[in-house]
Amino acid sequence: MSVVTNTTTIGAIDAPSRRNTELMMMVFAIAISVFAYANVGLAIDGSLPSGMFGYGLGLVLLGGVAHLVVRKFAPYADPLLLPLATLLNGLGLVLIWRLDQSQRLIDRAEGAWGKFTPDAPKQLMYSAVGVALLVAVLIILKDHRILQRYTYISMVAALVLLVLPMFFPAVNGAKIWVSLGPFSIQPGEFAKIIIAIFFSGYLMVKRDALALASRRFMGLYLPRGRDLGPILVIWALSILILVFETDLGTSLLFFGLFVIMLYVATERTSWIVFGLLMSAAGAVGVATFEPHVQSRVTAWQDPFACYSTDVSGACEQISNAIMSFGSGGTLGTGWGQGHSDLIGFAANADFILSTVGEELGLAGMMAVLLIYGLIVERGVRTALAARDPFGKLLAIGLSGAFAIQVFVVAGGVMGLIPLTGMTMPFLAAGGSSVIANWALIGILIRISDTARRPAPTPAPSSDAEMTQVVRP
Amino acid sequence: MNKPLRRIAIFCGILVLALLVRTNYLQYVKADELSTRDENRRVRIERYAHERGNIIVDGGKSVTGSVETKSGDFKYKRVWENGPLWAPVTGYSSQAFGATQLESIEDGILTGNDDQLFFDRTMSMFTGDKKQGGNVVTTLNSAAQKAAFEGLGNKKGAVAALDPKTGAILALASTPSYDPSTFAGNSDKDSEAWQKLQKDKDKPMLNRALRETYPPGSTFKVVTAAAALENGLYTDIDADTKSPLPWRLPLTTGKPLANEGNIPCENASLREALRMSCNTVFGKISDDLGNQKMIDEADKFGFNKEIFSPVRSAASIYPKDNRPQNAMAGIGQASNRATPLQMAMVAAAVANDGKLMQPYMVAKRQSPGLDDIYTHEPEQLSQPLSGENAQKLQQMMETVVSSGTGTNAKVPGATVGGKTGTAQHGLNNSEKPYAWFISYAKTDSGSPVAVAVVVEDSKALRDNISGGGLAAPIAQAVMKAVIDSEK
Repeated sequence: MSVVTNTTTIGAIDAPSRRNTELMMMVFAIAISVFAYANVGLAIDGSLPSGMFGYGLGLVLLGGVAHLVVRKFAPYADPLLLPLATLLNGLGLVLIWRLDQSQRLIDRAEGAWGKFTPDAPKQLMYSAVGVALLVAVLIILKDHRILQRYTYISMVAALVLLVLPMFFPAVNGAKIWVSLGPFSIQPGEFAKIIIAIFFSGYLMVKRDALALASRRFMGLYLPRGRDLGPILVIWALSILILVFETDLGTSLLFFGLFVIMLYVATERTSWIVFGLLMSAAGAVGVATFEPHVQSRVTAWQDPFACYSTDVSGACEQISNAIMSFGSGGTLGTGWGQGHSDLIGFAANADFILSTVGEELGLAGMMAVLLIYGLIVERGVRTALAARDPFGKLLAIGLSGAFAIQVFVVAGGVMGLIPLTGMTMPFLAAGGSSVIANWALIGILIRISDTARRPAPTPAPSSDAEMTQVVRP
Repeated sequence: MNKPLRRIAIFCGILVLALLVRTNYLQYVKADELSTRDENRRVRIERYAHERGNIIVDGGKSVTGSVETKSGDFKYKRVWENGPLWAPVTGYSSQAFGATQLESIEDGILTGNDDQLFFDRTMSMFTGDKKQGGNVVTTLNSAAQKAAFEGLGNKKGAVAALDPKTGAILALASTPSYDPSTFAGNSDKDSEAWQKLQKDKDKPMLNRALRETYPPGSTFKVVTAAAALENGLYTDIDADTKSPLPWRLPLTTGKPLANEGNIPCENASLREALRMSCNTVFGKISDDLGNQKMIDEADKFGFNKEIFSPVRSAASIYPKDNRPQNAMAGIGQASNRATPLQMAMVAAAVANDGKLMQPYMVAKRQSPGLDDIYTHEPEQLSQPLSGENAQKLQQMMETVVSSGTGTNAKVPGATVGGKTGTAQHGLNNSEKPYAWFISYAKTDSGSPVAVAVVVEDSKALRDNISGGGLAAPIAQAVMKAVIDSEK
């Protein structure tokens, strides 16, 4: 950027820390969430809900701790990331709590498993763990460049995390879970951060080789095999995830992430072409052979077909989600007054966005989508501001992954693309998701702090000091 | 690295933009279509989310209600008071199986969603009143309805009663009946009750008064007589009709047309022919007039088209046919078919000096605040016969009751005119005949009523089945109930 304006986060000397701005925004974010609780309670029972105080206090504590830690350990961090994430997490808690009140879902759970357990308390607990992880990242990780040291360890860790679910039983058609006793985690959520670290480290070292040591072939730059190798491995791996774990979303996420990072690292458009070709080939191939994916594609092509022909779960969900968006209309039915719970068991997870659509309407949907958009663009801005290539790559990788995930989930729920079964960051019920996304925000905050930190004042030099004049 | 970064920023922006466009498309462009789709359960949830308005009889008594249900999506369930009695009037409104008849036709008023209630809805939005449905006030007379239903008892059949002056439907009974309350909900029990009704061979859910057409038998001779008078075939009802006996159907060589028993039909007058129900006389009239004139007259009485009261009733049929069949149709056989409502309209038109009024059963629609938002104005449908001819026909029909086949229909203190009918059905008359009776009653203070009764399949022995024996007492009871209730 040739013109430096006062809105840039690029560290002009003495960049304001903006911590008080962040505090104001945090108060705003928490107030909105608390009002939302009040609204749900008034709509459902006609009285202020007890949850309002419990969850409100929880949010205040989490937000307050996070803010204080940022103030102390990352004073120059981007002031928007934390409040935006808090707002989404707060709204998500309200949405989950609201769906916990749904008699329809309670009956359903009791019918299927004999008992109903509300998800909101768990979500608050997981949010606390997530914020704790953010605090840990900020305190332990003094400089994001330390992560470079763990490039190859990250690769191994990511591979293990990705492959692990294959050995566990499928849940609702997708093998994306690892169950350990009462706990179950979705390793994919954590893998997306770890793999971004690996890509950043790998590409920082190899970017010149990939960009320059290549032969020109039909107008495209073909890199050398030894540089291309890991990329092909990742491509194959994402296809394998898709095939063995039938996890369309995660494979799309990793592949998109990798293409974005390669493109940024090498500045070669040809990578985009390769990426698109390879993902298209993979997607077509898998869609032809994998019945789970096929049913998703069919449901996407005609969401209402299953009402006239056979009933398949995928179609029923997506058509219900689309109808709940339509029923919400421009202004929505209001908190607690919609019927998005008709979607069934995934109403508070994959499909939580349709509650937003129905109860807050088009206005609420645009607001929520813009909040996601803002997080992504603050992440990209952090990448632009970062002074080291590793930081740039890591920041763009994380925000790119975030953007793709939002697009894939929201697009799937709204019938824009086939449904893939990932979680809406921060909004959806689910421990792995909320914890991993808080960690992601933590790393972005750390990078932005480093990026915006004013350059250290030059060491005092005796030469520069004023010559002392000795007066007679 | 900043140039690709900016491009990625744009790419991410496009992703978010695509989502924004899609949400606008779904929630603004397609919102109406999606929110009213049949598959959208919210439509039904909303329908049963508040108390439904009521269907009112006797000008103020409600025969319906709503009860709150404990489980499921639907908050309120429809209930009926004395369901089997009123089911042919109200129809049903079931959470699981939809709605029919008045419950379906007047759904907008009953749910409160009708445009006519826009003002009320807007007002209650400001006053914060609970949403409620409006009421439908019917013309039904509960005493007449009860008399009809109890008269039919466990026999299969139907009764339709009209006010000839206005066309108001006073009774509409059909047996065997059903209780719509048994499947109004959404539970397994409701489903079972529904399945049982669907499988019942006696078709309890068929509204026989409106939707079933029967051969009208001799009751149709009233229409044939009207045609004879209107076309000037005969002018004096007591003059010789020059009808031979035996009389053979035209263009046939088989047995001559038989009368019921050995009755003196040769050259009988119109009055006598109707009194004794001479097939030969009326068969000949129909033949003399020809198919087209018979069709024209039948049409004026309302045949050959569906009637909406506002509930649809099946079209009665006077067919286009050849000469022998036309002669048979003239005595209510062959392909001649009529609904009980249609035959009540025939009696009503005669009683109302030849003017046929449009039958209706919705007198008023009321807003939830009980303001009238619609009042029915009686409307003439046609004039099947002149006032003079109508009075002649009244005399003939009154003779039937005073000294003919319909003496069972006499009502003390009223002048009653009627016509019996015993309609053959089944191939070669193989099945039990239908017993018909149509009549009207008049008193000094007015209070006229016209009734049609059909008993489809009684337990009576075949030889004992006759319109005068089985159907006339029911008609008598209905007429008496109307007259008593107007005192």
